[in-house]
Amino acid sequence: MTAAAAPAGYTADEIMTVTAARALRDRMTCFVGIGLPSEAANLARATHAPNLVLIYESGTIGAKPGSLPLSIGDGILATTADAVVSVPEIFNYWLQPGRIDIGFLGAAQIDRFANINTTVIGADYAEPKVRLPGAGGAPEIAASCREVIVIVRQTLQTFVERVDFVTSVGFGDGPGSRKYLGLTGAGPQKIITNLGVLEPDPQTCELVLTAVYPRVSPEQVRERTGWDLRVAPGLGEVPAPGASELAMLRDLRATIPAPGGAAS
Amino acid sequence: MAEIVSLAEAIADAIHDGDTVAMEGFTHLIPHAAGREVIRQRRRDLTLVRMTPDVIYDQMIGAGCARKLVFSWGGNPGVGSLHRFRDAVEHSWPAPLELEEHSHAGMANRYVAGASGLPFAVLRGYNGTGLASRAAKSRANIAEISCPFTGDTLTAVAALRPDVTVIHAQQADRAGNVQLWGITGVQKEAVLAAARSVVTVEEIVDVLDPRPGAVVLPGWAVGYVALAPGGAHPSYALGYTVRDNDFYVAWDAISRDREAFGRWLDRHVYAEAAP
Repeated sequence: MTAAAAPAGYTADEIMTVTAARALRDRMTCFVGIGLPSEAANLARATHAPNLVLIYESGTIGAKPGSLPLSIGDGILATTADAVVSVPEIFNYWLQPGRIDIGFLGAAQIDRFANINTTVIGADYAEPKVRLPGAGGAPEIAASCREVIVIVRQTLQTFVERVDFVTSVGFGDGPGSRKYLGLTGAGPQKIITNLGVLEPDPQTCELVLTAVYPRVSPEQVRERTGWDLRVAPGLGEVPAPGASELAMLRDLRATIPAPGGAAS
Repeated sequence: MAEIVSLAEAIADAIHDGDTVAMEGFTHLIPHAAGREVIRQRRRDLTLVRMTPDVIYDQMIGAGCARKLVFSWGGNPGVGSLHRFRDAVEHSWPAPLELEEHSHAGMANRYVAGASGLPFAVLRGYNGTGLASRAAKSRANIAEISCPFTGDTLTAVAALRPDVTVIHAQQADRAGNVQLWGITGVQKEAVLAAARSVVTVEEIVDVLDPRPGAVVLPGWAVGYVALAPGGAHPSYALGYTVRDNDFYVAWDAISRDREAFGRWLDRHVYAEAAP
């Protein structure tokens, strides 16, 4: 985290999580991964969106965990769910037909057109510089959720002109790509970073900076972007996390099953 | 009809060098005791199939059991990298590891096709991804297909037909009927797709007590049943054990270092008898 991104009072993770939580509305259905997305969805459920439907790819639909899970398959997700279904069913019956409003994704690299890499770093797949975990549920989440929110820290290594490997398609080569590829969802609509928020330009599909966090300048964001990042006219400022949002988030984080007693 | 045998016998009979082996369990009910027994019996050249290789395949890859990995997400959930997996891919240690990569939806549908006796399954997905373009070059089990009714471009994924599938379940009865509940993942499809199967269980009971949402595999559809209480550890069996999150965190340091991993193998696998 940078000093600029984390003034006294809250951390970069906290403002990212709070920003993501604010993007969720009550009664939405939400495909959740572990980490910040799970924290954001549970924060939203604990505050302004009590009827948010949390769906984890392990097959738990409508999970209502009282504490934050460490994995997507923790027992508390199954025992609090409205329904627990098989893995083929979660992807085929629930995700594929477009029943899910919001999907959260992370990224090791993301490019100008919001394509996402979580597979390999390096130009040669067979001899990667870094071997990443791979696709998981991400390609179909990116294809089929009505909207996607990406949560990722902003660095020059991460925000690249073109990803080394397209694990999950954002806007492909630009306008028209999603339609051509038959991808039914709208694609990534918000990229929430530790500096601010990027959104796709409706005409060009290129990610542009639409809001920054308090005390972050657009120039700082541009310095950490591997392409000539455009700044939206009427650039917004994300309000700092409120005291009650922070208190609720910290209460939630304190419930993560604590490996070795170190919850955070 | 399922044979109820010891875990060591089940593995010795069902899994041979060079086999394609699927050990499934999505975070929950991961058949770890069976994985350690495969290491203990020093199986080699296996093609390991699993949606999430997880710590179980990290151990088997590091121990030198695997020639190839077919998978969709290779990380330590909630913790970080699988270091033995990465060492094999990045440095060919202890042996080169061929990779065949899919998405979760692709893998799940490949098992469905295998269980259904079909050559392939169809899904909406993969279009525009690097996995699809790589597969198109190597003809590796992912291919574009045109819908004969609508003309839509869809993706066909080839059926998975493992030689052996291994799963862990909560219960079996004395006739070898198996019941698992909670997060049941892709285990039913993986067992039905395979030529042979091994099910380790927490408990063998006189009569299966029906559970809401349970998967029941009739004994005649299962190969071997072996009693292995706690056999999912560090994963868990809902109603019997809880996930050992500390172990997943501790695995990061153990697996990061080849020597530390070797000591772990000696102490916790080779020096221990099968359950």
